[in-house]
Amino acid sequence: MSTMPTRIADAEAPKGTALIGKSVVVKGQIFSREDLYVDGEVEGTLELQDNRLTVGPHGTVKANIKAKEAVIIGTVHGNIEAAEKLDIRKDAKLVGDVKTARIVIEDGAYFKGSIDITRGEVPRPAPRPQPAAAGALSASAPAADPKL
Amino acid sequence: MVSRLKAWLFGSGAHPRPEVNAPSVPRPEAAEVPHRYDRQSHGLAEFLSHLRDCEGLAVLDLGGVSQANVTAITTLGHRIHTEDVWRTLDQLFPGPPPEEVEAVAVQRFLSDHFDFPEQSFDGVLVWDLLEFLPSPVLERTIEALHDVLKPGGHLLAFFHAEARPGALPVYSFRITGPASLSLERRGHRQPARLFNNRGIEQLFGQFRSVKFFLARDHLREVVVTR
Repeated sequence: MSTMPTRIADAEAPKGTALIGKSVVVKGQIFSREDLYVDGEVEGTLELQDNRLTVGPHGTVKANIKAKEAVIIGTVHGNIEAAEKLDIRKDAKLVGDVKTARIVIEDGAYFKGSIDITRGEVPRPAPRPQPAAAGALSASAPAADPKL
Repeated sequence: MVSRLKAWLFGSGAHPRPEVNAPSVPRPEAAEVPHRYDRQSHGLAEFLSHLRDCEGLAVLDLGGVSQANVTAITTLGHRIHTEDVWRTLDQLFPGPPPEEVEAVAVQRFLSDHFDFPEQSFDGVLVWDLLEFLPSPVLERTIEALHDVLKPGGHLLAFFHAEARPGALPVYSFRITGPASLSLERRGHRQPARLFNNRGIEQLFGQFRSVKFFLARDHLREVVVTR
Protein backbone atom coordinates (compact mmCIF):
# COMPACT_ATOMS: atom_id res chain seq x y z
CA MET A 1 0.00 0.00 0.00
CA SER A 2 1.64 3.20 -1.12
CA THR A 3 1.76 6.21 1.11
CA MET A 4 3.06 8.41 -1.65
CA PRO A 5 0.84 11.15 -2.88
CA THR A 6 -0.45 10.72 -6.36
CA ARG A 7 -0.37 13.13 -9.22
CA ILE A 8 -3.80 12.49 -10.53
CA ALA A 9 -5.15 15.62 -12.04
CA ASP A 10 -7.46 17.28 -9.61
CA ALA A 11 -9.55 20.28 -10.39
CA GLU A 12 -8.73 21.88 -7.05
CA ALA A 13 -4.99 21.15 -6.86
CA PRO A 14 -2.75 23.24 -9.07
CA LYS A 15 -0.59 21.45 -11.62
CA GLY A 16 2.79 20.35 -10.36
CA THR A 17 1.51 19.98 -6.83
CA ALA A 18 1.63 16.72 -4.92
CA LEU A 19 -1.81 15.69 -3.77
CA ILE A 20 -3.22 13.76 -0.86
CA GLY A 21 -6.72 13.05 -2.07
CA LYS A 22 -9.85 13.26 0.00
CA SER A 23 -10.14 9.54 0.66
CA VAL A 24 -6.53 9.19 1.86
CA VAL A 25 -5.51 9.01 5.50
CA VAL A 26 -1.84 9.52 6.40
CA LYS A 27 -0.46 9.09 9.90
CA GLY A 28 3.16 10.04 10.38
CA GLN A 29 5.71 12.58 9.26
CA ILE A 30 5.50 14.22 5.88
CA PHE A 31 8.46 16.07 4.38
CA SER A 32 8.01 17.60 0.97
CA ARG A 33 10.28 19.53 -1.38
CA GLU A 34 7.41 20.51 -3.58
CA ASP A 35 4.04 22.11 -3.06
CA LEU A 36 1.50 19.85 -1.42
CA TYR A 37 -2.29 19.87 -1.51
CA VAL A 38 -3.96 17.93 1.30
CA ASP A 39 -7.60 17.13 0.79
CA GLY A 40 -7.59 14.00 2.93
CA GLU A 41 -6.65 13.33 6.53
CA VAL A 42 -3.17 13.82 7.92
CA GLU A 43 -2.07 13.19 11.48
CA GLY A 44 1.52 13.78 12.57
CA THR A 45 3.80 16.48 11.22
CA LEU A 46 4.03 18.32 7.91
CA GLU A 47 7.21 20.04 6.77
CA LEU A 48 7.54 21.85 3.48
CA GLN A 49 10.30 24.29 4.31
CA ASP A 50 10.51 25.98 0.92
CA ASN A 51 7.11 25.19 -0.47
CA ARG A 52 3.44 25.86 -0.16
CA LEU A 53 0.94 23.70 1.68
CA THR A 54 -2.73 23.90 0.84
CA VAL A 55 -5.28 22.19 3.05
CA GLY A 56 -8.26 21.76 0.76
CA PRO A 57 -11.93 22.01 1.68
CA HIS A 58 -12.12 18.34 2.62
CA GLY A 59 -8.74 18.29 4.28
CA THR A 60 -8.42 17.52 7.98
CA VAL A 61 -4.96 17.93 9.43
CA LYS A 62 -3.95 17.17 12.99
CA ALA A 63 -0.34 18.15 12.77
CA ASN A 64 2.19 20.84 13.40
CA ILE A 65 3.01 22.46 10.09
CA LYS A 66 6.13 24.17 8.79
CA ALA A 67 5.95 25.65 5.33
CA LYS A 68 7.01 28.65 3.31
CA GLU A 69 3.36 29.43 2.60
CA ALA A 70 0.18 27.80 3.83
CA VAL A 71 -3.37 28.13 2.58
CA ILE A 72 -6.05 26.73 4.86
CA ILE A 73 -9.46 26.03 3.37
CA GLY A 74 -10.34 22.97 5.45
CA THR A 75 -9.61 22.05 9.06
CA VAL A 76 -6.31 22.17 10.91
CA HIS A 77 -5.59 21.33 14.54
CA GLY A 78 -1.97 22.15 15.19
CA ASN A 79 0.57 24.92 15.20
CA ILE A 80 1.63 26.53 11.94
CA GLU A 81 4.91 28.18 11.07
CA ALA A 82 4.59 29.77 7.66
CA ALA A 83 7.81 31.61 6.88
CA GLU A 84 6.29 33.96 4.33
CA LYS A 85 2.50 33.90 4.38
CA LEU A 86 -0.53 32.21 5.89
CA ASP A 87 -3.87 32.45 4.17
CA ILE A 88 -6.96 31.39 6.16
CA ARG A 89 -9.99 31.16 3.90
CA LYS A 90 -13.59 31.80 4.87
CA ASP A 91 -14.68 28.22 5.58
CA ALA A 92 -11.44 27.22 7.28
CA LYS A 93 -11.25 26.03 10.85
CA LEU A 94 -7.87 26.45 12.49
CA VAL A 95 -7.09 25.66 16.11
CA GLY A 96 -3.47 26.26 17.02
CA ASP A 97 -0.80 28.88 17.33
CA VAL A 98 0.51 30.64 14.28
CA LYS A 99 3.88 32.19 13.51
CA THR A 100 4.21 33.88 10.16
CA ALA A 101 5.49 36.99 8.43
CA ARG A 102 2.14 37.79 6.81
CA ILE A 103 -1.39 36.62 7.44
CA VAL A 104 -4.62 36.96 5.49
CA ILE A 105 -7.87 35.99 7.19
CA GLU A 106 -11.15 35.94 5.33
CA ASP A 107 -14.39 36.80 7.08
CA GLY A 108 -16.13 33.67 8.27
CA ALA A 109 -12.97 31.75 9.12
CA TYR A 110 -12.80 30.14 12.54
CA PHE A 111 -9.52 30.57 14.35
CA LYS A 112 -8.63 29.81 17.93
CA GLY A 113 -5.07 30.43 18.95
CA SER A 114 -2.36 33.01 18.96
CA ILE A 115 -0.83 34.92 16.06
CA ASP A 116 2.77 35.98 16.19
CA ILE A 117 4.04 38.03 13.28
CA THR A 118 7.71 37.41 12.67
CA ARG A 119 9.64 40.43 11.59
CA GLY A 120 12.83 38.80 10.46
CA GLU A 121 14.08 39.27 6.94
CA VAL A 122 12.20 37.03 4.59
CA PRO A 123 14.70 34.83 2.76
CA ARG A 124 14.87 35.34 -0.96
CA PRO A 125 13.21 32.49 -2.80
CA ALA A 126 15.59 29.94 -4.19
CA PRO A 127 15.41 29.27 -7.93
CA ARG A 128 12.57 26.88 -8.48
CA PRO A 129 13.77 23.45 -9.63
CA GLN A 130 12.12 21.72 -12.54
CA PRO A 131 9.35 19.45 -11.32
CA ALA A 132 10.94 16.19 -10.31
CA ALA A 133 9.38 12.79 -10.84
CA ALA A 134 8.34 12.64 -7.23
CA GLY A 135 8.49 14.92 -4.24
CA ALA A 136 10.55 14.02 -1.24
CA LEU A 137 7.47 13.08 0.63
CA SER A 138 7.32 10.19 2.96
CA ALA A 139 4.85 8.89 5.44
CA SER A 140 6.19 6.67 8.13
CA ALA A 141 2.97 5.02 9.17
CA PRO A 142 0.53 3.08 7.06
CA ALA A 143 -2.03 4.99 5.10
CA ALA A 144 -5.56 3.77 4.95
CA ASP A 145 -7.63 3.60 1.84
CA PRO A 146 -5.19 4.92 -0.72
CA LYS A 147 -7.66 4.96 -3.55
CA LEU A 148 -7.95 8.40 -5.04
CA MET B 1 -28.15 69.49 35.58
CA VAL B 2 -28.39 67.29 38.68
CA SER B 3 -30.77 64.90 36.97
CA ARG B 4 -28.44 64.69 33.98
CA LEU B 5 -25.53 63.95 36.27
CA LYS B 6 -27.55 61.26 38.04
CA ALA B 7 -28.55 59.74 34.75
CA TRP B 8 -24.91 59.58 33.74
CA LEU B 9 -23.80 58.15 37.09
CA PHE B 10 -26.50 55.56 37.45
CA GLY B 11 -26.94 54.69 33.83
CA SER B 12 -30.56 55.53 33.21
CA GLY B 13 -30.89 55.51 29.48
CA ALA B 14 -34.13 57.43 29.57
CA HIS B 15 -32.47 60.73 30.41
CA PRO B 16 -30.20 62.69 28.17
CA ARG B 17 -26.55 62.27 29.01
CA PRO B 18 -23.79 64.83 28.77
CA GLU B 19 -22.16 64.66 25.41
CA VAL B 20 -18.83 63.42 26.61
CA ASN B 21 -16.60 61.86 24.01
CA ALA B 22 -19.29 62.26 21.40
CA PRO B 23 -18.65 60.24 18.26
CA SER B 24 -18.43 61.96 14.94
CA VAL B 25 -20.96 59.62 13.35
CA PRO B 26 -24.71 60.06 13.70
CA ARG B 27 -26.32 58.15 16.52
CA PRO B 28 -28.06 55.02 15.26
CA GLU B 29 -31.59 54.89 16.57
CA ALA B 30 -32.28 51.97 18.86
CA ALA B 31 -35.21 50.83 16.77
CA GLU B 32 -33.21 50.76 13.59
CA VAL B 33 -29.77 49.58 14.50
CA PRO B 34 -27.90 49.26 11.23
CA HIS B 35 -26.30 46.03 10.13
CA ARG B 36 -22.94 47.74 10.01
CA TYR B 37 -21.73 51.10 11.15
CA ASP B 38 -18.56 52.92 12.10
CA ARG B 39 -18.06 54.70 15.38
CA GLN B 40 -15.40 56.57 17.23
CA SER B 41 -14.18 54.80 20.33
CA HIS B 42 -12.33 56.68 23.01
CA GLY B 43 -12.25 53.50 25.05
CA LEU B 44 -10.33 51.81 22.27
CA ALA B 45 -7.98 54.77 22.04
CA GLU B 46 -7.31 54.50 25.76
CA PHE B 47 -6.83 50.73 25.54
CA LEU B 48 -4.41 50.99 22.62
CA SER B 49 -2.47 53.81 24.28
CA HIS B 50 -1.32 51.30 26.88
CA LEU B 51 0.05 49.05 24.16
CA ARG B 52 2.12 51.66 22.37
CA ASP B 53 5.09 51.99 24.67
CA CYS B 54 6.67 48.62 24.14
CA GLU B 55 6.56 45.64 21.81
CA GLY B 56 6.03 41.97 22.44
CA LEU B 57 2.91 42.23 24.59
CA ALA B 58 0.12 39.68 24.50
CA VAL B 59 -3.50 40.60 23.77
CA LEU B 60 -6.53 38.34 24.03
CA ASP B 61 -9.48 39.03 21.71
CA LEU B 62 -12.65 37.23 22.79
CA GLY B 63 -14.73 38.29 19.80
CA GLY B 64 -13.40 35.84 17.24
CA VAL B 65 -10.78 36.40 14.61
CA SER B 66 -10.80 39.29 12.18
CA GLN B 67 -8.15 40.55 9.83
CA ALA B 68 -8.65 44.09 11.07
CA ASN B 69 -7.99 43.28 14.72
CA VAL B 70 -5.08 41.01 13.96
CA THR B 71 -3.49 43.72 11.84
CA ALA B 72 -4.14 46.42 14.43
CA ILE B 73 -2.52 44.50 17.27
CA THR B 74 0.33 42.85 15.38
CA THR B 75 1.27 46.13 13.69
CA LEU B 76 2.03 47.44 17.17
CA GLY B 77 4.46 44.54 17.54
CA HIS B 78 2.30 42.40 19.78
CA ARG B 79 0.98 38.86 19.75
CA ILE B 80 -2.78 38.38 19.56
CA HIS B 81 -4.70 35.37 20.77
CA THR B 82 -8.25 35.03 19.48
CA GLU B 83 -11.15 33.15 21.00
CA ASP B 84 -14.65 33.05 19.56
CA VAL B 85 -16.68 33.03 22.75
CA TRP B 86 -19.93 33.71 20.91
CA ARG B 87 -19.72 30.38 19.14
CA THR B 88 -19.50 28.51 22.44
CA LEU B 89 -22.27 30.62 23.90
CA ASP B 90 -24.49 29.70 20.96
CA GLN B 91 -23.69 26.03 21.46
CA LEU B 92 -24.14 25.93 25.23
CA PHE B 93 -27.00 28.39 25.62
CA PRO B 94 -28.73 28.75 22.25
CA GLY B 95 -31.97 30.21 23.58
CA PRO B 96 -32.67 32.92 26.12
CA PRO B 97 -30.20 32.97 29.00
CA PRO B 98 -31.04 30.14 31.41
CA GLU B 99 -31.81 30.90 35.04
CA GLU B 100 -29.71 27.96 36.18
CA VAL B 101 -26.55 26.69 34.57
CA GLU B 102 -25.05 23.30 35.27
CA ALA B 103 -21.55 23.35 36.71
CA VAL B 104 -20.31 21.22 33.84
CA ALA B 105 -21.39 23.86 31.33
CA VAL B 106 -19.62 26.59 33.29
CA GLN B 107 -16.51 24.46 33.43
CA ARG B 108 -16.61 23.74 29.71
CA PHE B 109 -17.01 27.42 28.92
CA LEU B 110 -14.04 28.33 31.08
CA SER B 111 -11.78 25.53 29.89
CA ASP B 112 -12.63 26.31 26.26
CA HIS B 113 -11.69 29.97 26.49
CA PHE B 114 -9.62 30.72 29.57
CA ASP B 115 -7.26 27.81 29.78
CA PHE B 116 -4.16 29.99 30.13
CA PRO B 117 -1.51 30.33 32.76
CA GLU B 118 -2.13 33.17 35.18
CA GLN B 119 -1.08 36.63 34.03
CA SER B 120 -0.70 35.61 30.39
CA PHE B 121 -2.04 38.80 28.83
CA ASP B 122 -1.35 42.50 28.91
CA GLY B 123 -4.73 43.35 27.43
CA VAL B 124 -8.09 41.71 26.76
CA LEU B 125 -10.66 42.83 24.20
CA VAL B 126 -13.92 41.68 25.76
CA TRP B 127 -16.21 43.80 23.54
CA ASP B 128 -19.93 43.48 24.42
CA LEU B 129 -19.85 39.90 25.66
CA LEU B 130 -20.41 40.23 29.39
CA GLU B 131 -24.07 41.22 29.39
CA PHE B 132 -24.96 38.03 27.57
CA LEU B 133 -23.35 35.59 29.99
CA PRO B 134 -25.73 33.83 32.36
CA SER B 135 -25.04 34.52 36.01
CA PRO B 136 -22.62 31.81 37.15
CA VAL B 137 -20.73 31.99 33.87
CA LEU B 138 -20.39 35.75 34.19
CA GLU B 139 -18.92 35.64 37.69
CA ARG B 140 -16.44 32.92 36.78
CA THR B 141 -15.51 34.78 33.59
CA ILE B 142 -14.72 37.94 35.55
CA GLU B 143 -12.52 35.86 37.86
CA ALA B 144 -10.85 34.28 34.84
CA LEU B 145 -10.24 37.69 33.27
CA HIS B 146 -8.66 38.85 36.49
CA ASP B 147 -6.46 35.76 36.54
CA VAL B 148 -5.23 35.93 32.94
CA LEU B 149 -4.50 39.67 32.99
CA LYS B 150 -1.15 40.83 34.24
CA PRO B 151 -1.17 43.41 37.04
CA GLY B 152 -1.51 46.76 35.31
CA GLY B 153 -3.07 45.10 32.27
CA HIS B 154 -6.26 46.49 30.74
CA LEU B 155 -9.47 45.17 29.33
CA LEU B 156 -11.93 46.91 27.06
CA ALA B 157 -15.61 46.09 27.40
CA PHE B 158 -18.85 47.53 26.04
CA PHE B 159 -22.23 47.68 27.68
CA HIS B 160 -25.58 48.67 26.26
CA ALA B 161 -26.71 51.98 27.61
CA GLU B 162 -30.40 51.58 26.91
CA ALA B 163 -32.39 49.10 28.91
CA ARG B 164 -34.82 47.66 26.39
CA PRO B 165 -36.77 44.47 26.73
CA GLY B 166 -36.02 41.64 24.34
CA ALA B 167 -33.03 40.69 22.30
CA LEU B 168 -30.21 43.10 21.58
CA PRO B 169 -27.98 43.20 18.55
CA VAL B 170 -24.67 41.41 18.94
CA TYR B 171 -21.70 42.77 17.05
CA SER B 172 -18.35 41.88 15.65
CA PHE B 173 -16.00 44.71 16.52
CA ARG B 174 -13.28 45.57 14.04
CA ILE B 175 -10.53 48.01 14.79
CA THR B 176 -10.31 50.42 11.89
CA GLY B 177 -8.10 53.09 13.44
CA PRO B 178 -6.46 54.21 16.67
CA ALA B 179 -9.85 55.43 17.91
CA SER B 180 -12.34 53.97 15.48
CA LEU B 181 -14.30 50.77 15.18
CA SER B 182 -16.49 49.18 12.59
CA LEU B 183 -19.38 47.26 14.13
CA GLU B 184 -20.99 44.50 12.12
CA ARG B 185 -24.09 42.86 13.47
CA ARG B 186 -23.75 39.11 13.84
CA GLY B 187 -27.25 38.49 15.18
CA HIS B 188 -29.45 39.20 18.14
CA ARG B 189 -29.35 37.76 21.59
CA GLN B 190 -31.25 38.19 24.80
CA PRO B 191 -28.98 39.74 27.44
CA ALA B 192 -28.78 37.90 30.74
CA ARG B 193 -28.49 41.16 32.61
CA LEU B 194 -28.01 44.85 31.87
CA PHE B 195 -25.73 46.97 33.99
CA ASN B 196 -25.86 50.57 35.06
CA ASN B 197 -22.60 52.31 35.85
CA ARG B 198 -22.67 51.32 39.48
CA GLY B 199 -23.34 47.71 38.47
CA ILE B 200 -20.34 47.81 36.16
CA GLU B 201 -18.13 49.11 38.94
CA GLN B 202 -19.33 46.33 41.22
CA LEU B 203 -18.78 43.75 38.49
CA PHE B 204 -15.11 44.74 38.30
CA GLY B 205 -14.76 45.24 42.05
CA GLN B 206 -11.62 43.13 42.28
CA PHE B 207 -9.86 45.21 39.61
CA ARG B 208 -7.86 48.30 40.36
CA SER B 209 -9.91 50.83 38.38
CA VAL B 210 -12.77 51.21 35.94
CA LYS B 211 -12.81 54.11 33.50
CA PHE B 212 -16.02 54.99 31.67
CA PHE B 213 -16.30 56.47 28.21
CA LEU B 214 -19.68 57.73 27.20
CA ALA B 215 -20.83 57.95 23.63
CA ARG B 216 -23.99 59.13 21.97
CA ASP B 217 -24.90 55.76 20.57
CA HIS B 218 -26.34 52.86 22.50
CA LEU B 219 -23.03 51.51 23.84
CA ARG B 220 -20.98 52.46 26.89
CA GLU B 221 -17.29 51.72 26.89
CA VAL B 222 -15.16 50.83 29.90
CA VAL B 223 -11.44 50.34 30.23
CA VAL B 224 -10.68 48.28 33.30
CA THR B 225 -7.24 48.06 34.87
CA ARG B 226 -6.12 44.96 36.74
